[in-house]
Amino acid sequence: MRRLDVIRSALAVAAVTLAATAHAEVLAVTHARVHTVGPAGTIENGTLLVEDGRILAVGSGVEVPDGARTIDASGQVVTPGLFTPMGQIGLVEVNAVRGTVDYVQRGEQFSASFDPMSAYNPRSTLVATNRIEGITHALVAPAPSWPDELGNRSTVFSGLASVVNLGDEDVLVARNVAVVANLGETGGGVAAGSRARAFMVLSTALDDARDYARNRAAYERRERRDYSLSRADMEALQGVLDGTRRLLVRVNRASDIVRAVELAEAQELEIVVVGGVEAWMVADRLAEADVPVILDALGNLPRDFDHLNARLDAASLLAEAGVRFAIGGHGAAQNHNARNITQSAGIAVANGLPWEKALAAITLAPAEIYGVAGEIGSLEPGKRADFVIWDDDPLELRSFPAAVYIGGKAVPMQSRQTLLRDRYLELDGARPPAFHDP
Amino acid sequence: MKRLTLVPLICLALVGCDGPGDEKEDAPEPYASRYRPLPSEPVLFTGATILTGTGDRLDDADLLVRDGAIAAVGQNLEAGGAARVDASGLWITPGLIDVHSHLGVYPSPSVEAHADGNEITSPNTAEVWAEHSVWPQDPGFVTALAGGITSLQILPGSANLFGGRSVTVKNVPGRTVQGMKFPGAPYGLKMACGENPKRVYGGRGQAPGSRMANVAGYRKAWIAAADYAKKLEANENGEGEKPTRDLQLETLAGVLKGEILVHNHCYRADEMAIMIDVAREFGYEIAAFHHAVEAYKIADLLAENDICAAVWADWWGFKMEAYDGIRENAALVEKAGACAIVHSDDEYGIQRLNQEAAKIMGAAARVGIEIPPERAIRWLTANPAKALGIADKVGTLEPGKMADVVVWDGDPFSSYSRVQRVYIDGALVFERGNPKVNPATDFTLGTSAVAGGAQ
Repeated sequence: MRRLDVIRSALAVAAVTLAATAHAEVLAVTHARVHTVGPAGTIENGTLLVEDGRILAVGSGVEVPDGARTIDASGQVVTPGLFTPMGQIGLVEVNAVRGTVDYVQRGEQFSASFDPMSAYNPRSTLVATNRIEGITHALVAPAPSWPDELGNRSTVFSGLASVVNLGDEDVLVARNVAVVANLGETGGGVAAGSRARAFMVLSTALDDARDYARNRAAYERRERRDYSLSRADMEALQGVLDGTRRLLVRVNRASDIVRAVELAEAQELEIVVVGGVEAWMVADRLAEADVPVILDALGNLPRDFDHLNARLDAASLLAEAGVRFAIGGHGAAQNHNARNITQSAGIAVANGLPWEKALAAITLAPAEIYGVAGEIGSLEPGKRADFVIWDDDPLELRSFPAAVYIGGKAVPMQSRQTLLRDRYLELDGARPPAFHDP
Repeated sequence: MKRLTLVPLICLALVGCDGPGDEKEDAPEPYASRYRPLPSEPVLFTGATILTGTGDRLDDADLLVRDGAIAAVGQNLEAGGAARVDASGLWITPGLIDVHSHLGVYPSPSVEAHADGNEITSPNTAEVWAEHSVWPQDPGFVTALAGGITSLQILPGSANLFGGRSVTVKNVPGRTVQGMKFPGAPYGLKMACGENPKRVYGGRGQAPGSRMANVAGYRKAWIAAADYAKKLEANENGEGEKPTRDLQLETLAGVLKGEILVHNHCYRADEMAIMIDVAREFGYEIAAFHHAVEAYKIADLLAENDICAAVWADWWGFKMEAYDGIRENAALVEKAGACAIVHSDDEYGIQRLNQEAAKIMGAAARVGIEIPPERAIRWLTANPAKALGIADKVGTLEPGKMADVVVWDGDPFSSYSRVQRVYIDGALVFERGNPKVNPATDFTLGTSAVAGGAQ
């Protein structure tokens, strides 16, 4: 009986959903200052039309169809949803609680093939906390590996990275867009020795994967020489070798960045520099090779010897040199506080980066770098309706989203933090705050 | 030659600079401050927006600095020979004060050889003094200066129940920590609640391994300190023998006498309430709870006990006791009438305490709590000065106070504003884009193309 009820209500929900699809409502956001970050640029008094989760039209003279649900955004600002280009949202709840940390693997069984997406949790409190502040997309990437109980180090590879939206369902935008590797000081650490060893491990792995691809049958018959990686790892590297999957390289020192660019050129790889605090010193080289950077724009201290030339105007220098870049979070701020990429972008503006480029660096640029710009990253007809209505300039820290849309749906503007806040707004109740909630 | 003349000059300036032969009853203060204000010229800023730190905002106002001190704030001030600086369009605030920093004791580069901030060998290391670890060549001092920081408290870490003494310094480039020490600032005692001590020592099968053992550890130490203080006092009154000097008990007894201020790392609301009762049991006061992530849950209790809550804008979730962090924290503390402070605990965050405050202001406005710039600035100036016991000298732009002044190129709570100039005791120590003025540490010389990192 009870079971039947469940089935009935499920059918009812399905019917409603079907109806909604058949007569898709058009949503119109009107009178806004729209930063499309696309060819249409910035539109004053603009209108954004959304249907079936996609952008129907955007412009100043766009007619609002009859029956459209209209949101008057006079005095407000509309941007594409923000894209945090590096981090582990959905793979961690509390860093110091080991059981909630799924973004890192230990030991040597898997390296390039470690795919943490099976652990992704769209109900993580980090998701709502960040999306109500305008973050609609994230790259979810594994961190440098830890040694196992025996002290075995992994290789230089962290594993596979994917692009997700911060919605509740259909969260996957693109699976396994990149393999993440570590060079420089971090690479030396995980490769158990010199940064030169990390480089050797990386190039040997690529050679092995290439040889494996040409000799799969012989490998299966155990008639091929030993490889430095498991089969799964070599399979994961095939996309890197054929240029369909990016190789993300965590690297900061200028000389190490140049080595990585040389490797990419020699092996025809699509690499992306992650960190890149000294990238400004070799900006012309990066521009020439068209190697993009996921920039740590706040790391302006020599926190190690790979950061000696870190500076706050690095983003502006990269832009001037024509290097493609996205602005990432800083240090621990990539997950719980991924929302602070607006702060990084604002600081880049204060240090010389044009405002429009700063906004692009946290929207369209990461989408382009990860090959998903056909779907997300800017407000253009046909793209997914992932956008934010801000009460003011999104790079000002006193400004907040009035509404956030993912796939054309408004996300609830609620997080565990807003619930805690509301519970403790007034402390004068006769009964403890535990009784306050509706 | 220079060196020969310098020594007597320093001696003249110091109280109790006696030779080793002059034994006196009152021994000279050990490790005393040798801070000397840098040479300065009188200056009059005109036409600025001034946040005085007292809660006032003055538009189109002037500020006169003379002899290293604030001489006057107001409209249409007479220069009287002071250099005039047209500050129209600029904002002026007191120098920012970070109540919680580990610059110098966990400097950049953060290599093992430099990790001198935590004496992780015993849960009670009240005997250590942070100043004995401070490396003045930490490049982080310079980048903090570029963010408007003029004074900061450098604390030992939080592995221990009692981490040791803190030191408050002026953010001037020094060759020695003594040359940076804020003259007349009281010492602080770093205490820590919660996860860190119990994790560090419990993990070794040693006490404390739980929060209840944390509290037992505090109480045992205060009992010993009270006994020591009593013996010292008795001896001063001519009764009993003077107890053997004990560095650990000396610091704790200093707290009981009200000479050393307690700075208590404590995240959770329930633990702060317990610490308030520990303080009550042994008759000391807590100047501030640091990293008070859950201060908003007991803001009324903090107000009632006149304890400051020093908080981040939005750090959360890195450990269980930080899971309930919310951006409105400082605003809710302020709303309850308690003293809110925005602190950094971080060599990057210290460069932009103003922006951290801006996040809180924005979040608070969303729930109808409007905090204007003239009040928010107090989280970074007057309130930390109060917690550090230096509010009579810095923290506001009031005549007679030290001229620690920051000139901004716009509203300090905008993402796009930057510090234009910093004055400490009236001396210009930072001017954006002017390498002739700006300091660079030894470490960055020859290692970095961007000396000091503060362009």
